[in-house]
Amino acid sequence: MDMVKRVITGAHYGLRDWLAQRITAVVMIVFTLLLATIFMISPPHDEASWKAIFSNRWMRTASFLFLVSLFWHAWIGMRNILMDYVHPTGIRLTLQILVILSLIFYTIWSAEILWALEMA
Amino acid sequence: MDAESDVTGEQKLQRKRPKYLNLLEIRQPLPAIISILHRLSGALLFFPGIPLLLCGLDLILNSPQGYAQFQSFLTNPLFKVALTLFLWFFLHHFCAGIRYLALDLHYGGKLEQARLTSKIVLAIGIILTLLMGAWIW
Repeated sequence: MDMVKRVITGAHYGLRDWLAQRITAVVMIVFTLLLATIFMISPPHDEASWKAIFSNRWMRTASFLFLVSLFWHAWIGMRNILMDYVHPTGIRLTLQILVILSLIFYTIWSAEILWALEMA
Repeated sequence: MDAESDVTGEQKLQRKRPKYLNLLEIRQPLPAIISILHRLSGALLFFPGIPLLLCGLDLILNSPQGYAQFQSFLTNPLFKVALTLFLWFFLHHFCAGIRYLALDLHYGGKLEQARLTSKIVLAIGIILTLLMGAWIW
């Protein structure tokens, strides 16, 4: 019975990460096309026009969604790269923690950049 | 005669296996090159791409003289080269990524199609970079 029940696949995060990588990719594609359209319709030519684009409430939320998708996507990609090339467990774990910490830092920084705009 | 050639054949087999391919010596097919560039551009977009993007955004949107400062950076040819290069990393990663999404949905999986779409992906990435690069320069 034990042999039948034995789970031979890994930690089961593979499929979830695979799917998250693709969903975040689609979110980023949509935002990129949106931004490209905005830039083509009215190219921002000075500081005020840049601020006007990103101080719009929907645009700010969409930008934040894009950046969070980017950071999540980057985590999965960097984790895959580190698993492929960095074999000593200690070094790999250290690098993975550095990647996670930097991405958390970037998330907070992104919120600051986008929401500081309102106060200006 | 036969026995002797068999022996040398066996010796050859033992000598040649296991066989390690030198990735730098064999000619990579185009889909492999697209894949390596996708990974390489992804890593470079993570670092230093993301911090540079956030620095730029912060500079343009939130610092008083930031926009003027950004414009003065844009007069530096070295900065323009770096910007164009990162534009290409992004555009290549973007186009190659869309190709992988299509492959996940079982579009373009046949050998001929895969070869054709990798040519298209490489070409579109470069063409878009040149077009946007022309606007920067």
